[in-house]
Amino acid sequence: MSPTQTEEVALIAKRWKNKRGTLIMALHGLQDRYGYVPRDAAMQLGEAMDVPLARIYEVLTFYNYFRLESPGKHVVSVCLGTACYLKGAPQLLEQASKELGIKAGETSADGEHHLQVVRCVGCCGLAPVVTVNEELLAKVTPETLAAHLKAPVATENGKA
Amino acid sequence: MILATINGLPVEVPAGSTVLQAARQVAVHIPTLCKHPDLDATAACGICIVRVGGSNKMLRACCTPVESGMDITTEDPEIIHVRRTVLEMIMSKHPNECLTCGRNQNCELQTLAADFGIRNVDLDNIVPDLPLDDTTKAIVLDPRKCITCGRCIQVCQQIQDVWALSFVERGIDTRIAPAGDITLAESPCVRCGQCSAHCPTGAIVEYDNTQEVWDNLLDPDMFCVAQLAPAVRVAIGEAFGFPVGTNLTGKSYAALRRMGFNAVFDTNFGADLTIMEEATEFVKRYTTEGSVLPLITTCCPSWVDFMEKFHSDMIPNFSSCKSPQAMVGALAKTYYAEKMGLDPAKVYVVSFMPCTAKKFEIIRSKEMASSGQWDVDASLTTRELARMIKQSGINFHAVKEEQPDQMLGAYTGAGTIFGATGGVMEAALRTAYNFITGSNPTRVEFQATRGLEGIKEGSVNIAGNEVRFAVAHGLGNVETLLTRVREARDAGTEPPYHFIEVMACDGGCVGGGGQPYGVTDGLRAKRAAGLYQDDQSGLWRCSHDNPYIQAVYRDFLGEPGGEKSHHLLHTSYTARPTYKR
Amino acid sequence: MARLTIADLQARAAAPKPAPDKPVIRVGMSTCGLAAGAEPVFNALTEEAAARKVELRVARTGCAGMCSMEPLVEVQVPGQAAVMFGEVTPEFARSIIAAMAAGKPLPAESRAPSIAQLARIAGEPVGTGDEPIQYRIVMRNCGVIDPEEIDEYMDRGGYQSLAKVLSTMSPEDVIEEMKTAGLRGRGGAGFPAWLKWKLTRESVGDEHIIVCNGDEGDPGAYMDRSVLEGDPHAVLEGMLIGGYVIGAKQGYFYIRAEYPLAIQRIEKALRQARANGLLGNNILGTDFSFNVEVRLGAGAFVCGEETALIASLEGKRGTPTPRPPYPSVKGLWGQPTMINNVESLANISQIMLHGAEWFSKIGVGRSSGTKVFAVTGQVKHAGLVEIPMGVTLRQVVEGICGGSASDTPIKAVQTGGPSGGLIPASELDTPITYEDLIKLGSFMGSGGMIVMDENDDIVELSKFYLKFCVEESCGKCAPCRIGGTQMLRVLTKIADGNGTEADIATIRRLARAMQKASLCGLGQGAPNPVLSALRYFEPEFRGRLASGKN
Repeated sequence: MSPTQTEEVALIAKRWKNKRGTLIMALHGLQDRYGYVPRDAAMQLGEAMDVPLARIYEVLTFYNYFRLESPGKHVVSVCLGTACYLKGAPQLLEQASKELGIKAGETSADGEHHLQVVRCVGCCGLAPVVTVNEELLAKVTPETLAAHLKAPVATENGKA
Repeated sequence: MILATINGLPVEVPAGSTVLQAARQVAVHIPTLCKHPDLDATAACGICIVRVGGSNKMLRACCTPVESGMDITTEDPEIIHVRRTVLEMIMSKHPNECLTCGRNQNCELQTLAADFGIRNVDLDNIVPDLPLDDTTKAIVLDPRKCITCGRCIQVCQQIQDVWALSFVERGIDTRIAPAGDITLAESPCVRCGQCSAHCPTGAIVEYDNTQEVWDNLLDPDMFCVAQLAPAVRVAIGEAFGFPVGTNLTGKSYAALRRMGFNAVFDTNFGADLTIMEEATEFVKRYTTEGSVLPLITTCCPSWVDFMEKFHSDMIPNFSSCKSPQAMVGALAKTYYAEKMGLDPAKVYVVSFMPCTAKKFEIIRSKEMASSGQWDVDASLTTRELARMIKQSGINFHAVKEEQPDQMLGAYTGAGTIFGATGGVMEAALRTAYNFITGSNPTRVEFQATRGLEGIKEGSVNIAGNEVRFAVAHGLGNVETLLTRVREARDAGTEPPYHFIEVMACDGGCVGGGGQPYGVTDGLRAKRAAGLYQDDQSGLWRCSHDNPYIQAVYRDFLGEPGGEKSHHLLHTSYTARPTYKR
Repeated sequence: MARLTIADLQARAAAPKPAPDKPVIRVGMSTCGLAAGAEPVFNALTEEAAARKVELRVARTGCAGMCSMEPLVEVQVPGQAAVMFGEVTPEFARSIIAAMAAGKPLPAESRAPSIAQLARIAGEPVGTGDEPIQYRIVMRNCGVIDPEEIDEYMDRGGYQSLAKVLSTMSPEDVIEEMKTAGLRGRGGAGFPAWLKWKLTRESVGDEHIIVCNGDEGDPGAYMDRSVLEGDPHAVLEGMLIGGYVIGAKQGYFYIRAEYPLAIQRIEKALRQARANGLLGNNILGTDFSFNVEVRLGAGAFVCGEETALIASLEGKRGTPTPRPPYPSVKGLWGQPTMINNVESLANISQIMLHGAEWFSKIGVGRSSGTKVFAVTGQVKHAGLVEIPMGVTLRQVVEGICGGSASDTPIKAVQTGGPSGGLIPASELDTPITYEDLIKLGSFMGSGGMIVMDENDDIVELSKFYLKFCVEESCGKCAPCRIGGTQMLRVLTKIADGNGTEADIATIRRLARAMQKASLCGLGQGAPNPVLSALRYFEPEFRGRLASGKN
């Protein structure tokens, strides 16, 4: 564990330690910084915030948001909310799976892509929706999705 | 007081009572599964549902408070139908392995299924494929059998403050696992076994060492020796229908001989020995300027493990004494073997303990082989002993009482009370008093050490000096005591206590992780009462008055705390990591 | 920015800002708008106006509700009716500026209804001509103001209610007003808000806490997100008033982690409020001190349930705890806690401003006020609508949202999310009230309304909702954890064409156990979509059964 990770985790712990109801906020802090929650960071955070490691893992494995493994460079999330479902999201998931060669919940061997399902990002008027990292793609079709995945450099935000 | 009706029967209960408690008062039985009388309700299973008023809704009896005028119905066709469906759901996710399960005949799920008369579960059997975890060699986790009642989590996290067990994942994938899926041996687990003592099914059971014991009993070359722990004698009867707390010492000795043990000793002898060594240790520290105080007892291996992992700064305060069973084992293979002309390599020592952690204690370090062999070869729980007695075809009720092999079997009242919380302290005070003043105290009972309060404090006047002591049981009570000790230490003031006894299990060893199921404070009190009775009716009340103890020092060990004692009866400690991964 | 006092707000009300003398172009820039490409449109407008030296202001705004037509651009020229353009591209945006620069009329293409044409706004005079069905109380500022400018909020009456409450009303007075108004919780349960406030206030504890439940998890529902993004101060003002009533010193926004823009906008609103003396110590110069912090969820639908939300805030797994005791008596950290839905809170300031009488007259019977719905699925115009209670489903689905998106007729409408039910096309003339929806076997829910046409497979849709519940089940209680999984297996069997008569009976049996014995609303409600599908569309299930087998 590099010294800078120790310092970073200590800062995150310090920020949230003395406020109430902040374990999830601190874990978000770790995931925002590293893309996932590394075990050694979780151990350090637990000690700093006086939270047993068992509790931290209870929380990490309960909440969908947290990842225990590095997700790779691009996280592709296909929304499977009701509106998106009705507008063909399952086909998009299949398409993405085919393009990237991985199933939902998996990371590609080259570490470039992680594919996952999300439950309703709240853009139902623009269904179906796919997000790639922070970028939100609206009214996606299997063709536009395939094209976007083949060109991993972020395009102007919006329609692929 | 609150008035309500249950199935038309009027009931009056104190405010804060649950429907379940109220029902018991009018002899109405509401089936439960996840609720344990010793623990807070987790409200998980959904079996104890009842109806209130004419409502369509069903509420859980285990956690619904009784309100004034409540009209409760515990049985009607729909309630029963829903309960059966819920039970079938639970059964559909449970392996059908009763015949070979560690809880066969003693399982709460099995009992419910039998009582409900379920002949067919019309749902797919969806047991997940999860591996067993027996890495501690003391406790075995089988997550497939877990019904997520939450008892073990409550015990391990809230009561024992160890945080080895947790729930991971969610929904149908919810399972018990140590922090982030490491093995139990890699976790902070101190093997106290309280999880197994509270588990309703075979998801958590003690590691079964009985086969190895049978193998040695049947080996004509092996000289097999048994020792019986204090807490076992007042609990073993529960497996055979005796009233709780019945002292079955004599029958246990007889049963052990019938099983094939060549010699039967008593761990209480070891307790007397522990007192000789530990009182010597205490008196030395208490009377020597600048000694590290308080002295803290170490006969509980879960407590030792807990200290080494979480409170290793207190190592200088630990007594270096081994536990009674370890001491008996060491002497069995040296003193006894010598006297009897036995080859120590052919002596096989089995200790019967109320405890799962003893399985770990006997191989804790090389110091547990101080005799040149492992001092104790196997440690079995009360539950395993019960099974062995049943398997041997011994009629435990009819068998006649016998005596132990006195050399390492005779014991005093001080030794027998080790099984109750505060017993070690009381026994030590009796002897420390004698060592300091030269005579026994006029009253040998020290009431302040007794009872089920989580933390007990008191003081004794020994020759004008105040000896302050504290007794804690249940690892969750340790933090408070140690904080006080540390504060005084860091401030350089007088320690709040000179002597501390800690037992990991609630109630002390009578409530141990290896004892019969269904423990409550009521049972703890009754089992302890059996031991205090044994003390009161004993020939000798103080450890130093035991002539067989005097003999072992005279003929073999020399002085308490001497070189031979240190080699055989003492051990050392080291800080250990809480997580090995 | 100076800390405001009651007097400052009174002065502001007495002297409202004059109307702008230059054109204002508002671009919808909440999550929907941004996803559709609003940022390049915003930039194109700004650049083109600068290049052509047109004097106007390009401003950001929230969600106007016509989500399927984003990016939306509304042009407000002084003295003229506002003109709304939908599905705007950067090129089209430039052509708007070009027309304005040349003094020509605005383009006739890409038109959409302006907000004034879409809805009446609370507090504004009724216009002439056909009155729109929509009545926006909760959404009054969405699409109208820049949500990141507190001044624009205050220019439209924002924080006047807070000033009024703090200076002239006791907590009991507020509760009385709420009682007359008849506001019921908008998260779905419909519990009378005044009663929850009263019970919390009267409960004994070391502290009282208020929490805004922003964990909008129903798939297909995004009303709360739009309000948090489009008018964060409205929710905050409601929270401040609520905090005052229950004697709280601390409040929390609990927002889904999947709503980053909402989180950002709320955090900015908190900073602005604090700088203006509307949050923190001695608010508006009174002795009411109150602080608010933001806490994130982490992807657990069950945390929308009050006791699970509390567990989540306490840093634990989001599993519910038995009730009683209710959170109003013993909630967060064992203290009396009031948990309110975003939409409920957004109503508060309006009730205080325009009066409980006014509010109680909107809607019908015991369902007073309005409700925001997110109407999506097979409709022409998917988006957010806010209607007075009592308006019929048909008026919403066909009247406002244009009916079926294709030639295929509508088959059913789903309300209440994963705990709700299907309403067949034959029942579309049902008025939208708490009671009427329950009678049909569904319920109000948080506001998601999914429209299905004859091509949509009801069996597959029931499976979709059940699968959602199974995946989101916390796992604590057996009826939901195991019952849901078993029910899904049976339903999948039926959907795949391998089901039998006995399987339908099994579903009903499991459903009853889940409804009666589950610990919380997730498990209790999970069977509802299937049961309601069986109630109205049983032939679709029967038609799937394996023929000839039993």
